[in-house]
Amino acid sequence: MNWVLVPQAVVTGILNGGVIGLIALGVVMIYKSSEIFNFSQGHLLTLGVFLTWWFAGAKETGDELFNLPLVFAVLAAFIIAALIGFIIERVALRPMAGQPLLSIILMTLGLAQLLEGVINLTFGVQPRSNFPAPFPATESFKIPFSLAFNETIFLRKTLVATFIVAMLGTALLILFFRFTRTGLAMRATAEDHELARSIGISVPRVFGLSWAIAGIVAAAGGVLLAMQIGASPTLSTVVLVAFPAILLGGLESLPGAIIGGIAVGLAQGLVGASSLVVIRNSAAIAPYVLLLIIMFIRPEGLFGQKRIERI
Amino acid sequence: MAVLRPAGDFDRSYQQDMSFLRKPWHWVALFFSIGVVATSPYWGTPTIITTANRIGYWIIAVQGLNILTGYTGQISLGQAAFMLVGGYVSALSVTHLGVSTFLALPIAALGAGLVGLIFGLPSLRVKGFYLAMATLAAQFIIPWMTRYTFTDYLGGSDGIIPAPAPHIGDYVFNEPARYLHITLGALIITTFLAANISRSRLGRAFVAIRDNDLAAELLGVNLFGYKLRAFFIAAMYAGIAGALRAHSDQSIGTELGYDLIESILLLGMLVIGGLGTNLGPFLGASFVILLEEFSGFVGRNVAMMMPAEMTPRLLTSFRPIFFGLMLMIFLIFEPRGLAHRWQLFKAAWRLRPFSH
Repeated sequence: MNWVLVPQAVVTGILNGGVIGLIALGVVMIYKSSEIFNFSQGHLLTLGVFLTWWFAGAKETGDELFNLPLVFAVLAAFIIAALIGFIIERVALRPMAGQPLLSIILMTLGLAQLLEGVINLTFGVQPRSNFPAPFPATESFKIPFSLAFNETIFLRKTLVATFIVAMLGTALLILFFRFTRTGLAMRATAEDHELARSIGISVPRVFGLSWAIAGIVAAAGGVLLAMQIGASPTLSTVVLVAFPAILLGGLESLPGAIIGGIAVGLAQGLVGASSLVVIRNSAAIAPYVLLLIIMFIRPEGLFGQKRIERI
Repeated sequence: MAVLRPAGDFDRSYQQDMSFLRKPWHWVALFFSIGVVATSPYWGTPTIITTANRIGYWIIAVQGLNILTGYTGQISLGQAAFMLVGGYVSALSVTHLGVSTFLALPIAALGAGLVGLIFGLPSLRVKGFYLAMATLAAQFIIPWMTRYTFTDYLGGSDGIIPAPAPHIGDYVFNEPARYLHITLGALIITTFLAANISRSRLGRAFVAIRDNDLAAELLGVNLFGYKLRAFFIAAMYAGIAGALRAHSDQSIGTELGYDLIESILLLGMLVIGGLGTNLGPFLGASFVILLEEFSGFVGRNVAMMMPAEMTPRLLTSFRPIFFGLMLMIFLIFEPRGLAHRWQLFKAAWRLRPFSH
């Protein structure tokens, strides 16, 4: 361990973890309402990023259709992402109701492939560095801290803003689930489909709605991610670290997703502070190693529910 | 699957009941199709020969996945990583131990099988979706290890190490037209083994675990032992497929197409072909590889018609779009795959000209 690097690694890791948690949240939401694990979340996210990029007129070819300010571009992308989520549920996953787990997993994987092809076709394959960001990437807060490298911890402004927005988004979602009628209907559906239907909740509507919200959450996470590392079709693979985060927290728990995300971010950060080159290179697999360890200790995740099975 | 037979066609012995090749003309059809593939270097174009070779080793990988996912019901998202292990083990044992490639194939199978055992261990505690994630971990951890550990032997992060072409005496299998015979031979052996696993005690235990693991355990199936066996066999098949692929390409490296997408492709082949059938891997792998060839063809032709700056995106987008769409269509309209279609077709043909 390079101990002087640890404070910086911890802080950056936690801040990065916020976004991972937000991405994980979208998957957990769909899983809670319809027991579908959405492997195409990463591609939904990339789609949201490129839609925002396109609406913000950052194409710089001279023939931009739109040239909206960032806020409106994000809102427009949210609307389209929600629509796409809704359509996906209706066209691809509604017919899969009652099918075995493998079919559903493969359906979302096939969907991911389809979305990847569509993204490549419409927005091109090269990464775009000109994603509009509110702060330049180099601006940062400096916090004096005696144990850190050079006795300061650097906090990039985009990273801090991202973390705050991610936490606000999460809080908003949790409040939505707790205090609105629709949120209550969604929680009821998650508990028991038939029971929810019998008290007059439209289960298909809840499924559609949860996919639409998941689309928005994905787009939001994507925009936050793209502000730091730019828009690129490979964002969907960056997002793969969100999957261990989900299982770390437990599949059914919204706060668990956030805590899992932060744990994953922290693990990736700490790995980067190591003095061994091999371990420094392992940022991509650290979440999975963590996942395997957790799986042996607590198979249902940190906040997940134990399922009792009957034959 | 109820097998539809004409009146008066009975089984008179257990051997007859269990046999795959029931009639003399089944044997004729088998030897005819093997003959067609084996003689393809004499009548086929280079494209046909190369594609047949590729389909051959993909079928072997799908057969392994079929045992694990189709028969045992354990979802694996890491099959391509085990192919990578097989390829490396085989290439290293030929270059460093100096063994013949034909001996290296079983060594590769064993090596990949052992690695598969390690990643099958989580099946002790988790199942279903969580197990899929544990195998996804294999898909990330194994390529990471080949990238960053033992860089002297494995070639480092984007390194490619040579996998020498096999030879018997002076006859070197260095082109697809010659290599095809090795692939075909391996495929015949693996098919024979897979078919016999599926109808033996082992296969019945696998199917029991798939249908209901708790019930299987109550019936006396050692759950953990049989799950590990399934993982071992699946990884062995992947290892053979990877080794065949490596020696066919005469190189092996982490960046040569052993990623998550290949694992998904293998699962897609399995589902399109038909889960838990012996015919499925053949139909699925052929279908998906031919679909890939077709999408490459479409991509190149559309790219020629469009302006040059569109070329990279056109070349990369048709393959995922076609594969994703096909997979989704099959899952919605024919989740039992092409093998089931083939059964329906045979039944309809037997009843012709009456529809019932």
